Amino acid sequence: MKKLGNVLKSAYLGLVVLFMYLPIAIMIGMSFTDSRSATQWRGFSFNAYVNLFKDRDVRDALIVTLTVAVISSILATIIGTATAIGMHSMKKRSRTIVESFTQLPMVNPDLVTGISMMLLFAFIGLSSDLGYLRLIIAHTTFNIPYVIFSVLPKLRQSSDMLYEAAMDLGCSPLQALIKVVIPDIMPGIVSGLILAFTLSIDDFAVSLFTGGATKNLSMLIFSKTAKGGVNTKFCALSALMFLVVAALLLFINLRSMKQEKEAAEQNKKVMRKS
Amino acid sequence: MKRVRLSYPYVFVWMPIFIIAPMLFVLYYALFRDGHFTFEFVKQVFADTTYLGAFWNSLWIALATTAICLLIGYPVSYILSNMKKRTAALVSLLFILPMWMNMLLRTLAWKIILAKWGQLYTPGAVLIATIYDFLPFMILPIYTTLMKLDKSHIEAARDLGANGVQTFLRVVLPQSIPGIISGVTMVFVPAMSTFAISTMLGGGEVVLLGQKIEEKFLSGSPGVIGVGSTLAIVLIILVIISMIIMNKVEKNNGTEGGTLW
Amino acid sequence: MKKTIAIVLAAVMAFAILPLLAACNNANTVNLLNWGDYLDPELIDAFKQQTGYTVKETNVTSNEEMLIQLDQDDCPYDMCIPSDYAVERLIAKGRLAEIDYNNIPNIKYIDKDLLEKCEVFDPGNKYSVPYTWGILGIMYNTKLVDEADLGSWDLLWNEKYAGQIYMYNSIRDSMAAALIKCGYDINTDNEAEINEAADALIELKNKNIVQAWLTDDVKDNMVNEDGAIALVYSGDAVWSMNTEDGGNADLSFFVPEEGSNIYFDNIVIPVNSKKKDIAEQFINFLLDPENAAKNTEFIGYSSPNTEVAELIDEFFTGNPAYNLTDEEKARCEIFRDLGDKIEMYEKAWDRVFK
Repeated sequence: MKKLGNVLKSAYLGLVVLFMYLPIAIMIGMSFTDSRSATQWRGFSFNAYVNLFKDRDVRDALIVTLTVAVISSILATIIGTATAIGMHSMKKRSRTIVESFTQLPMVNPDLVTGISMMLLFAFIGLSSDLGYLRLIIAHTTFNIPYVIFSVLPKLRQSSDMLYEAAMDLGCSPLQALIKVVIPDIMPGIVSGLILAFTLSIDDFAVSLFTGGATKNLSMLIFSKTAKGGVNTKFCALSALMFLVVAALLLFINLRSMKQEKEAAEQNKKVMRKS
Repeated sequence: MKRVRLSYPYVFVWMPIFIIAPMLFVLYYALFRDGHFTFEFVKQVFADTTYLGAFWNSLWIALATTAICLLIGYPVSYILSNMKKRTAALVSLLFILPMWMNMLLRTLAWKIILAKWGQLYTPGAVLIATIYDFLPFMILPIYTTLMKLDKSHIEAARDLGANGVQTFLRVVLPQSIPGIISGVTMVFVPAMSTFAISTMLGGGEVVLLGQKIEEKFLSGSPGVIGVGSTLAIVLIILVIISMIIMNKVEKNNGTEGGTLW
Repeated sequence: MKKTIAIVLAAVMAFAILPLLAACNNANTVNLLNWGDYLDPELIDAFKQQTGYTVKETNVTSNEEMLIQLDQDDCPYDMCIPSDYAVERLIAKGRLAEIDYNNIPNIKYIDKDLLEKCEVFDPGNKYSVPYTWGILGIMYNTKLVDEADLGSWDLLWNEKYAGQIYMYNSIRDSMAAALIKCGYDINTDNEAEINEAADALIELKNKNIVQAWLTDDVKDNMVNEDGAIALVYSGDAVWSMNTEDGGNADLSFFVPEEGSNIYFDNIVIPVNSKKKDIAEQFINFLLDPENAAKNTEFIGYSSPNTEVAELIDEFFTGNPAYNLTDEEKARCEIFRDLGDKIEMYEKAWDRVFK
């Protein structure tokens, strides 16, 4: 009975994974066709990759995307975590008010965020020469709420008594924060950071209206694919992106598993000694 | 109590300048033309049924996407949270990975498939790509919440004679509400306002509200931006209403959980 | 876990910031705001070799995006290639610099007739140099469409081909087809006429005559024979017929007898450009017959350069969508900037796309 349940569970997961990966697999497959357009198979070749590496626009856009994603997600994580901790100890009424305002950028259609930002930048005279700065400000702004709402549930689940106990045991408020609260909500912070990074990399609409001459990958893909169907160049780009992301995630995960294993063994030794 | 201060830089500096002020600009463009107050754009948006279709399309696609993502995603999160910790960490990577890939590229993948399948430029095409793009955003928050769930509660429920279904409905589900709420928020809001997906796959046969707004803003003339701003405000109000509903759900469940334990 | 993430992020950040610093040095760079795939990148390389100047290209997908970018005091671009009505608007707003033709001797290669046509939106040709031109028309698949049905805009409304027709998802272009079919001017500001044209487009939707309203996907779909008839720009038709470039030899193109829209994409220099002399040097470089021919083969749109016909592949000169006749040109009209009156078109268009 239990075995059957496990088989069913695995089968279900397998189906969902298939749904998630089949499109990507097809796209990767099409990156090896000998044709400019990804609509039909015309024999095997690496032409799409050659074209991709020759494309300076793609390289420039990749740099913009990464720079903006890294800087804005780190900024958003710092500001967002601090804000979430602050919000958690607010009185209920003021917290509700701040929470609803914080939700604004999430509630907002991203294109309206982009347009409103553009209006703001025009108003304060932040020149479109400074595309990087405009993109980083805009991305940080829409990332902060996502960090806050990743951290807040963790804060709700964690007990305030831990913080009080740490203070009773002689920690300063800052020490109590760093040594007790932050480790307790770390999964939330990490998923917030990951989410912020992902959203920044994925963003198209906000960037479109704020980036100006500074184009990220989404803006480039949109301007290129709107001009002529699906170029196999972008299938090649997807394939490479997939590889990099998979390798990166696997690496991070294996490292953390190894560390946990070591920690567990350490614990066992300590237990035996005592 | 001093912890409150940590939120001051955001609440009193960042938020007023970069969130509230820009929104006021949108409101200004909806209600003013060349510096003069006018209801012209509001009238234009509400006077006839012109924008009703786009509005309806956006609403049903967003609702269907959220419901289907929840239906597909919750069991995934639940199964993951019951796995051995190490296996779960590895398998969950499979669902995080697509989130790291560019959304336009993922949508392009569907364009290739749907073209072959002969289903491009249909509501179904837009729906399936929207579900595909947003599914990971449903799975991850629910999984994170379920993972944190205290397993001793489940054991206690079992010891007290609850069967599997009862345990799930009365212990697991109520405690995962915060995760569901964040998941629904992360799917419904962007699905409601998406325009890239329908631009790429809708072929003008499926027009969404977000697309209407984008077109209005890109055309650049003040009168048209006014209509766009008004539509944007309609969209915002609609999403805020859904937020209020979700907050209610969370609150109700929170007090119930409180009395239970 | 935490440490690893910190290390990885620090590494990525270091990698990301380096090019940011490098990008600041751009004294020898001119910025060009252009459509995607609308300039042979090899010409940018050649220009750099000849002069040492780098042309940095940024792409947009619509005239409206170009207008937004150029209509600001701190516009970072030194060159842009907007279409006719956008040039007209930019001139009216004082956003363009007068071109010094002393720096562009190659202007002598530009067709005098076409220059005269351009005076509609740029009197005296003071602010813009034609880059490409073409005519809005109908592309069709010779295997799938009866010859007897050709010739008129009515083909797009022909129920015989229901579900096989693509319209252009752009207000001015689809409205132009409908306006001419209804017997009106493509630049009309008469609300009743505009509404009648919109009703004609609504008919296309209600009767399911149109398979989809697309922009550039039209080309791929026509090549793959997913549809039989499409409203297109002549330049896009050329691309779709070029078998050497993955095109389909069964496709052809005609300009409807009722007349149509003739368009020009033109190089302009924003008024605040600090590198106007380099921009003019680049324009002159592009007008050189050899370079223009190379560029034309890359883009596939008709060139206003009189010397190009001799230098390009026969495929182009023999193509009905590239080699448009004087008679066809004479039937066509240029889009005018409608200013705020475009709102009437927007309203009508919203009725079509409910």
